[in-house]
Order: sequence, then structure tokens, then C-alpha cells
Amino acid sequence: MSNSSTTPLAKANWNSQTARFLLTRAGFGGTVAQVEAVRAMGMDGAVDYLLNSGATADDSTNENTFDRNVRKPPTEEERAMNQQARQANLESAREQFQKLKNQQDGIDRAQMQEIQKWWLARLIQTGRPLEEKLTLFWHGHFATGYRTIEDSYHMFQQNQLFRTYAAGNFADLVMRIVRNPAMLKYLDNDESRKGRPNENLARELMELFVLGEGHGYTESDIKEGARALTGFTFDDDTFRFAANNHDGESKTILGQTGNWDGDDFARIILSRRETSEFLCAKLYRFFVNDSPGMPDAKSKVFSNALAAELRKQQYELKPVLWMLFRSQHFYDAANRGAVIKSPTQLIVQTIRELGTPPRELSSLNAAGDLMGQSLFMPPNVKGWDGGRSWINTSTYFVRQNVAVYLITGLRPDAFDWDSDLAKWDTTALEGAIASRTAGDASKEADALLDLVLAVDAIELRRAQFRAYVKTLNGPLTSSRLVAALCLVTAMPEYQLC
Amino acid sequence: MNNLTPLTRRIFLQQGVTLASLVATVPWFLEKSALGMLPADSRVSSHAGVPEDRILVVVQLGGGNDGLNTVIPYGSDDYYRQRPQLGIATPGSNNGALQLDSSLGIGLHPNLTGLKELLDSGQMAIVQGVGYPNPNRSHFASMDIWHTGKSQGHGNGWIGRYVDNACSGSPQADAEIAIGRTAPLAMFGDVHKPVSFENAKLFQWTGKELPASLDVPYEVMNRAGALDGVAAGSQAAFLMRTALDAQLSSDRIRAAMDKTPLVSYPNSQLATQLKSIGAMIRDQMKTRVYYASISGFDTHGGQAGAHGNLMRQVGDSLLAFQNDLKAQGNDSRVVTMVFSEFGRRVKQNASGGTDHGTAAPMFLIGSGVHAGVHGKHPSLTDLDQGDLKFTCDFRSVYATVLEQWMRAPSKKILGEAYPTLKLLRG
Repeated sequence: MSNSSTTPLAKANWNSQTARFLLTRAGFGGTVAQVEAVRAMGMDGAVDYLLNSGATADDSTNENTFDRNVRKPPTEEERAMNQQARQANLESAREQFQKLKNQQDGIDRAQMQEIQKWWLARLIQTGRPLEEKLTLFWHGHFATGYRTIEDSYHMFQQNQLFRTYAAGNFADLVMRIVRNPAMLKYLDNDESRKGRPNENLARELMELFVLGEGHGYTESDIKEGARALTGFTFDDDTFRFAANNHDGESKTILGQTGNWDGDDFARIILSRRETSEFLCAKLYRFFVNDSPGMPDAKSKVFSNALAAELRKQQYELKPVLWMLFRSQHFYDAANRGAVIKSPTQLIVQTIRELGTPPRELSSLNAAGDLMGQSLFMPPNVKGWDGGRSWINTSTYFVRQNVAVYLITGLRPDAFDWDSDLAKWDTTALEGAIASRTAGDASKEADALLDLVLAVDAIELRRAQFRAYVKTLNGPLTSSRLVAALCLVTAMPEYQLC
Repeated sequence: MNNLTPLTRRIFLQQGVTLASLVATVPWFLEKSALGMLPADSRVSSHAGVPEDRILVVVQLGGGNDGLNTVIPYGSDDYYRQRPQLGIATPGSNNGALQLDSSLGIGLHPNLTGLKELLDSGQMAIVQGVGYPNPNRSHFASMDIWHTGKSQGHGNGWIGRYVDNACSGSPQADAEIAIGRTAPLAMFGDVHKPVSFENAKLFQWTGKELPASLDVPYEVMNRAGALDGVAAGSQAAFLMRTALDAQLSSDRIRAAMDKTPLVSYPNSQLATQLKSIGAMIRDQMKTRVYYASISGFDTHGGQAGAHGNLMRQVGDSLLAFQNDLKAQGNDSRVVTMVFSEFGRRVKQNASGGTDHGTAAPMFLIGSGVHAGVHGKHPSLTDLDQGDLKFTCDFRSVYATVLEQWMRAPSKKILGEAYPTLKLLRG
């Protein structure tokens, strides 16, 4: 029976299994020793730790970690020269300009790849997994794509914004997002001005970011919202309110009339009850269950309870996450294995749980792309749909193969990935198996499955796996363990968390 | 038969799979087939009288192809007024359009020599002004509308619904195949999901190349599609089904790719996809619908060069594909349909490009088409907020293909009856 209660899980039910579940869902999993440490904290201690403590692997990141001038806008002088060249139809000057632009594009793309690697490394190493997990959530929620904005520094800047507000105040984050250069560029608000407003940002604030599709707004609200947002633009890396371009006249948004600007517009949609319910339903799919149609009528009771808490706390997220990660509902058997690992989750969790070498980060990013999740490059403004949309016959093989790559370092045949023959130190995992079998070799196969899979493999597959392990004629160590793990990570159940 | 869950029905798709003997669920198979759930000959036609050997290939041009610079209304002064830089010159002039019909004043983009050849050899039909009411200018919303065939863009895909309908007696694992990383919504039915792959070489498990002993256990474990202890609608069941589909089609598809094609293909993304499709058709796969897609048509700025390259790619690739089918002797079995989610605005923008628009032409290619130009080119003066008014609903094209090519009940699949067009020779 599914329990839709926000009542905390009973202390007696807190164990290694629930600790592992929490660490996987609120983060990216951990080694057996890490799971044990989380268990020992007790549930409240563990959730508090995830929400409030832990050190990042790299706290030295700051606004100068990457080159902010990689996309310096042209100076007045350069602009004038280019204009002249165009008017005079100077072919050579135009070519020169194009060449310069191509060069800059190349440098910017190279920096984008460095930023992708930087984030992936951070995801793998972080001591604050929930912060990174929420950063990934917000990246998918306020989806902004590098291919459209072509400014690597703005993508980095936005990523840091998500990290700063990861478990902060949602209303504050929305106010920052309508002033975020990457977002303003991505949804064309920098070109929206009085008399010819661009509706892109207003539409998505209503439909995808804050209120949610079908939640009681009209095309007219979007048009009026777009007028309110006119003049919200940026200079270089900073928000700028262009008063000249702002439509200062009266607008009516969701029934409220006034000389609204972009901040007022955000405030008006944030005042709606639907906003909290929309956001909590999305958090629910991300953290609890992303089966089709979820949250269903029954689990809506739960996600709406979270929404009520979010309203009560005036959009502070921590109390809501505290409620979520301690609830009976979260740990309910029906929600185990009910989330399909995102490509990022699959890669990062495999490394963090099994302790494999991270191999080549650029290869892992390429694999992420093949599996449908290229960081900083969501497919569109809707972000990633998640759940079953991750899985098709094409991505399924890549998912199995990226695990083989992490475990063995062997470069898949036709992939453009680098081979990395660094040997994986299996000692920790061998120890974990040994502690579960108490010397009984016949239990090794099941012990490994229990350690690696989030749900029980079907009995048929367990039997087949046991039979295979038997043929290895030796304990599950070193190369035998590697071979066995290649099989376990290829099981359909491995895709679940 | 209809009481079967999708999963149990799909288990029987193993026709031609040599590894069936390895499947540990064989007793279960036998049990089910003894109950009469598996047709004695699983290759029998699912619908009496339905020609099962007919194939539809869909080519998607993602991003919104500029229809006005694909089929050029060179006879219209308004065209050149609205597109002073981007307009394609009249036939005969330098880099001018390829003549289609001088009485209508329309031509093809100069780089579409491949399509011109197909047209001249009686193998291509052009449908002009294809769109739908209340056009949506968002890429994904409009693409959803084209994929679902529904005005709201909600629900499953029109091809998926066709395959569900056509294969209700004997579902096939490879009934529909999409080349690419993601499978298009168009191919998702209630029962059938597309097989998709980007590169046949990547379409297999690399762990097999490790110790040889892994090969067999891997096959066994990933083919175990039994439902013991797993709820039919669960995430786990979904994954098992996909795992099984992946294994079955992997063997079949890689076998098909082994042969060298009979004609040479140009070196482009679309050509590579069509080459794979050609190989699968040649290898007598039972697939009914194939899907290829390229993107890059969202030409907001600096359109002329980029769009010209895409036109070259589209024309040359489709010509090579059709020639391949001919060389195989399969050209009469295949119709290829080309579409984009919308066309572009009539007036060029300030960045040397065009913004999202509405109606655009579609192409049907094959030796079974009524070659020539069909329908009416939309007016360049009677516009809807600067955009063309469509003259043909895309679902009429779908209905025509469904009724006259695939011999399927279009009303049932599309949810409404759309008038069919004279595009196919039956």
C-alpha cells in the first residue's frame, strides 16, 4: 500500500537500505562506507547533513574561474568599422570580420567544453551532493541552451546562480532569472522593446517556469506580461534595465492592473497558488517517482502537501525538502526503483558507488550527449522530459556501454572516446561483498546484485547470474568481479534508482 | 487476442531470431503459444489483403524549412519585393531557380538538382502550401502537432497508431525504425514503440568483446523478458521490454548493414541515414515505416549559404536513395515523404534570414507517385499577419498515404476523416 503521508518515517525503519535510497535520490549515491556513515547519522541527521553541510570538492570556484571576456561585445570603434565595411561593401574587410568571429566562436566553444568538464568533475567529487543535484534540477527547469546563446561565460554564470539558490528561496531565484543574461538572451528578451514586445520569456515564465501550462492564464496575460518585461536586457555580463525600451504604460496581468515591470510580473505569477503546486509536482517527478502520469491523484495529495508547506514558508525550499526526504511516502516501497536514472545520474552514480576511475571527462560528456543529456545543452526550453523518455533502443546500448567503459576503461569500438586503461581498484567493493557473505561463496552473486541494484532483479535473471558466477571458478575478486559487474550493469534493473 | 497485455504480445516478435534457443523463458513461450496466442506462422499477414511489403520512409527537416526558397514562386513580384537579398533568381539567370512550371511561375532551389531529376523521371510529387489551421510558431509545439496529427499536439504519434492498427494480430519488434539518437513522437503508439539507433556499429553491447565468456550470459540475461514479479506498467517492465527490443533488432540491423550498397551515396548526414534505411530494405526486413531526420533549418540569420547547403544535401541524398531502391528492385515498394514543422515568414528579416512561418511544400517520392506539382501555391499577398495561408492540411497528405499506400483506415488512425489527394497511383 502506498502511503501518501508526510509523516516522518519511523526511526525503526531507518536502515542501510533507506540510507542508500536517500543518498541516491538526494544525491548521486555513495560507496558502501559512505552509505554506512549516512545510516549512522540517523534520518534527521542525514537529511540535515544533506541540506546544510558538507564541503564542496572545489570551493575555489569564483567568478573568474573562467574567462568572462571570451565574448567581449565589440567596442564602439569596432562596431563602427564593421558598419563602414558593410556599407562600403568592402569584401576584404567583411572577410576579416568573419574570420575574427570564427576565431572567437572556436575559443568560446573550447571554453564551453572546459565548463562541461568542470561541472561533471564537480558532480563526481562534491561533498554536497544535494546542492549539485538541485543545480541539475534548476538547469533542466529554467532550461537555457548554449547552442542558442553561444556565450560560455553566461552559461557558467547561470550555473553558479542555480548553485547559489539550489535549496534557497524559489521566488528569489525567479527574480534573479528574469535578470539573468543567459536567460534574457535565450528567450530573446534583450530584443524586446516597447511597441514590439517579444513574448518568448513571458510565455515560458507562465507555461514552464513558474505557473505551469493550463493554470489559468490567457494569451492576453502573456502579451501583457511581455510588455512588462520590455527593457529587461543586459550589458556584457550584467543585467540592465533599459528605461527607453520599457513600456511604462498600464497592463493587466491575471486581473491585476498597474504600470507593471518585469519584477512586478514575476511577483504576480508567484502570488498564485498554482505556482507552488506546479513546482512541487515537478520536484516530485525528479526526486520521488517519474513513472508516466506521476504524480497521480493519490500522490498529488502528497505533492500538494509539499506545496502547502512551500507557500507557508514563502517559497523557502529547505523546509519543503526536509519534509520530503523524511516522509514515509518518499521511502514507500512503491517508489523504490521508480525513477529512471538520468544519463548524468547514471555516469556519476556509477563512479561514486562503485568507485571506478572517472576515466576521460570529455568522453563521459560525449556519452551523456549520446544518451540524450548534454550538460548546458538541453534540447529545448522545456528541458529534459526525464523518466521513460531517456530510454530507447539506441540509448539503452550506450547506457550499458558507458558502464563497461567506466569499469574496464576499454573504449567502445566505434565511439569517439579515449581508452583509459587505469586499473580500477576493486578492494572496497570486494570488502563489501565479503562482509555480506561471511565466507559462503555461494552467496557472492546475490550479495553483488544487492549492492549494485536499486531493486531486486527478477528471480530468473538472478538465477542466470548465479549460474554465471559459478562458472568463474573462483571468488568475486579483481578480473572476475570486473566481468560480473559488466553483466550486472547491463541488466535492465541497473537503469533504475 | 485483444486481452493480451502489450508486453506478452511483444514477446512473440522473435521471428528469425536465431538465439531463441538461448532464451531461458522458452517453456513459457511454448506455453503461451499452445494457448493460441502465437500465430502458427508468425509471418502471416496481419490483415487479409493488406500488402505487407509496402514501406513508408519519412524524412523530417527540423527547424522549419524555408518553403519559399525551396519551391520558388519566381513568377511573383511580391516574392522579390519581400526578399530583396534572399530571393532566388528566375530560371535561366545566374544561380537561378530550376524550372518547374513556367505557367505557374514556380521553380526549385538551384541546389535541388537531385529532386529535379526525380521529378523529371516521374518519381516525385510536390504538394504545395501544406499546413494546418491556427498555426503554432513554436518549434516543439508545431512538431508535436505534425507528429500526433492532432490540433493540440497531444497524445501519441500518428505512425505509432498506424502500426498498432496494422499489426494488431502479430506485433513486430522492428515494425518501425528511426535513425537517430532520439525516437520521434510520431512513432510512439499505445503498443508499438520505435526501434531507434544512430549508428549500427554502436548498436550493440561492447562488453561482448571482453572475456568471451560474457557473450552468452549477456544474451540470456537481456533477453529474459519474463514478467515474474514485475508489474506490467512498472518502470522495470518498461526497461525489460526495451532491452529485449534492443537485442532483437541489434542482430538483425547489423546483419543488414554488412553489405556494400549498390549505388554510391554522398557524404552527408541525411545520406548516411538513408543509406542505412536502404540497406535494411534490401535485406528484406519486415519494417513498415522508417524515419530519418536532419535539423539546421532554423535559418534566422545568414540564411543563403546554410540553406543552400541543406538543399544540396536533401536533393542529392534523396536521389541516391531512390536510385539505390531502383537498383535493388524495391522502388515500387517504397514511398518517401518529406516534411518540416513549418515554413518561414514571407518577408526576410534584418539578419539576412527568415523567422518562423507557416505553410510549406511537402514531397512524396517513389515510382508509385503521381509525379508533378499538386495543389495551389499560397498567395503572397493574401497573408495572415505576414505569413502564408495554408492551402492543404497536412493530414490530407497523411490520409492519402495511409489509405492509398499503406491501405489503412485513415479516419480511425487520424481521428477524423480528411479528404485524400491524387498523389499516388495506388
